[in-house]
Amino acid sequence: MTGRESPPDTPLCLGEMHRGQGGYICRVEGPEATVRRLLEMGMVEEAYVEIVHEAPFGRDPVAVRVRGGLLALRRQEAACVTIRKA
Amino acid sequence: MSASPTTFLQPYIALVGSPNSGKTSLFNALTGGRQRVGNYPGVTVERKEGNIEVPGGHRLKILDLPGTYTLDANTLDEAVTRDVLLTRKIEGAPPDLLVAVADATNLERSLGLVLELKELGFPMVLVLNMMDLARRRGLNIDLEILTHEIGMPVFPVVAVKKEGLDALLEEVVRRVGHGRHPPQPSFPESTWTLPKHSAQEVRARFREVDRILKQAKVGALKPAKWTDRIDRVVLHPLWGSLLLVAILAFVFQSIFNWASYPMDLIEKGIGFVSEILRHHLPGGILQSLLVDGILAGVGSVVVFLPQILLIFFFILLLEDSGYMARAAFLMDRQMGRVGLHGRAFIPLLSSFACAIPGIMAARTIENPRDRLTTILIAPLMACSARLPVYTLLISAFIPNQVVWGPIRLQGLVMLGLYFLGVVMALIMAWVMKKTVFRGPTPTFMLEMPTYKWPNLRNVVIGMLERARLFLKRAGTVILAVSVVIWFLSSYPKPPADAPVGRSAITYSLAGRIGKFVEPAIRPIGFDWSIGIGLITGMAAREVIVGTLATVYSVEDNGKSLNSDDLGKILQKRWSLATALSLLVYFVFAMQCMSTLAVVRRETNSWRWPTVLFLYLTALAYGASFITYHVTLHFTG
Repeated sequence: MTGRESPPDTPLCLGEMHRGQGGYICRVEGPEATVRRLLEMGMVEEAYVEIVHEAPFGRDPVAVRVRGGLLALRRQEAACVTIRKA
Repeated sequence: MSASPTTFLQPYIALVGSPNSGKTSLFNALTGGRQRVGNYPGVTVERKEGNIEVPGGHRLKILDLPGTYTLDANTLDEAVTRDVLLTRKIEGAPPDLLVAVADATNLERSLGLVLELKELGFPMVLVLNMMDLARRRGLNIDLEILTHEIGMPVFPVVAVKKEGLDALLEEVVRRVGHGRHPPQPSFPESTWTLPKHSAQEVRARFREVDRILKQAKVGALKPAKWTDRIDRVVLHPLWGSLLLVAILAFVFQSIFNWASYPMDLIEKGIGFVSEILRHHLPGGILQSLLVDGILAGVGSVVVFLPQILLIFFFILLLEDSGYMARAAFLMDRQMGRVGLHGRAFIPLLSSFACAIPGIMAARTIENPRDRLTTILIAPLMACSARLPVYTLLISAFIPNQVVWGPIRLQGLVMLGLYFLGVVMALIMAWVMKKTVFRGPTPTFMLEMPTYKWPNLRNVVIGMLERARLFLKRAGTVILAVSVVIWFLSSYPKPPADAPVGRSAITYSLAGRIGKFVEPAIRPIGFDWSIGIGLITGMAAREVIVGTLATVYSVEDNGKSLNSDDLGKILQKRWSLATALSLLVYFVFAMQCMSTLAVVRRETNSWRWPTVLFLYLTALAYGASFITYHVTLHFTG
């Protein structure tokens, strides 16, 4: 729902994705403190993000590659991030 | 914040950077490892200060600030960095030059903080660290454009190889080498309210970073091939978990098995010195004080230096290589099950060396309830001060038979004691999070750095610092306690008409105190000598070993004891049930005044140290009671 020239595919929730899946971040929203932390760690709009690892037992937390780094986060926080497929 | 130190009335520079930017390596390279580690007044965030020799023979003070991603502090660690920069309260004055350290392999991420720092208006330079790794991954950067766009001098550096430091030092001297510059940065202190950056501003900052990097023609780096390969195993659900268990098992086995060689050497050295003293000093009070009091007491503790060094060696190695963050990732789910944070894994793991750095490391946990829970269970991790006690009792009471392959029963029992502490810690965390610290699940976000060969120099500097602190304690607290114990257990002397066969120590003050508390500890199988040890052991857990050595050395009429002798004496005097009960007691009991003092400082009240002491003592008493009676039942 970025409403710009590239019509977004169905937005996906990062929190529900699995290893090897990824796309461009189109929205980061949720509790203010969580959003700020996500942004500070590089989860900004337009960045490409991909899930590269899932922890043992319940596939939570996940490790994502974003802005040249590897970031571990729980699915609960990842759910604040909406992406569209590349 | 309490009274500010006045150390920095002379000019100083401050290192600021995000975690994993190689700030510590740069600090070590600049100071040559000559550093003073202490705490910020009022809080216990580590404060590292050193001197750098700059060309022209000047010396300049340098301060290493805690790593942070932002000045909008999320943790207490980050708050200290912010407060040093924004207020004059902490160091007395803001730094004269800010050296921002950025990871050259990750500019997209690390330049955000640099831009934020720039807003403060300090004189500033930017260090791009780990340039060798960045170049190898294809970093091609126009430094001139970057300098221009970011508005400060930029220095490419490889801190671990000391490359590029000369140019940096020259600039530092040019800026501050000739005394303090009177015009201080004029940032509007009063208008700086917190947190002051909205999410929109954070987004804008990252857009600015992207713009600058585009200008400076920085493209995407090649992926860190080796890190990716290693992570495919290390973070693999099955292999990664097995590897974590294997690493922990290896660490504990080696602490118990490898450390014995240097320990034997130290022990022989101490025995040698006490023989010399015995031969060359006239018998009497002085000889007894030196040999039975000081050497027996301090010696029996110093023996454990190799084990303490080893455990810190492993922890520093795991941290420096980048593995520690992976361990937190693998453990997060398990920690989450009892309501904790994967990040709590690191403070808890550090607590295996000593609960004090562990409790301090809990500052990195953002949520206060989680932080408090972590602090309250950290003392259940078997710290290195328990090793002397475990080692003494295990080698005296547990046969060293082979169980399977290289695994021996003694090592297994040791591992079991560690395990017992961990399991109880998890249970207690779960109980606390279900009751007093109930609240929503906290967030977990952790950067996983690229793997690096651990820098041996950094590891050694870290180990030496711990060794210094340990020996300082042995030389002060433990020395004093040893003398006091020697006195208490030597006087008053038995009367002339004392019956034969009753040992001298039972007449002494220590004997009387021990006897006095004996009724309270008899139900868990402890006798008066342990009673004395529990009291003196409040100074530090390992003191109980020195105390027992002193008590029985005096009782043996001044024969100096090494730990083998002591073990043999204990074997004769104590039942297996007593030994096991004491082992279990030490797994749980809060036998350390320094830890209580740190918890008091960290939580700013006496309430939590009191709670900690009471609940752990109750736990220890109960567990020992069960252990004692169950063992008695089976051994008759």
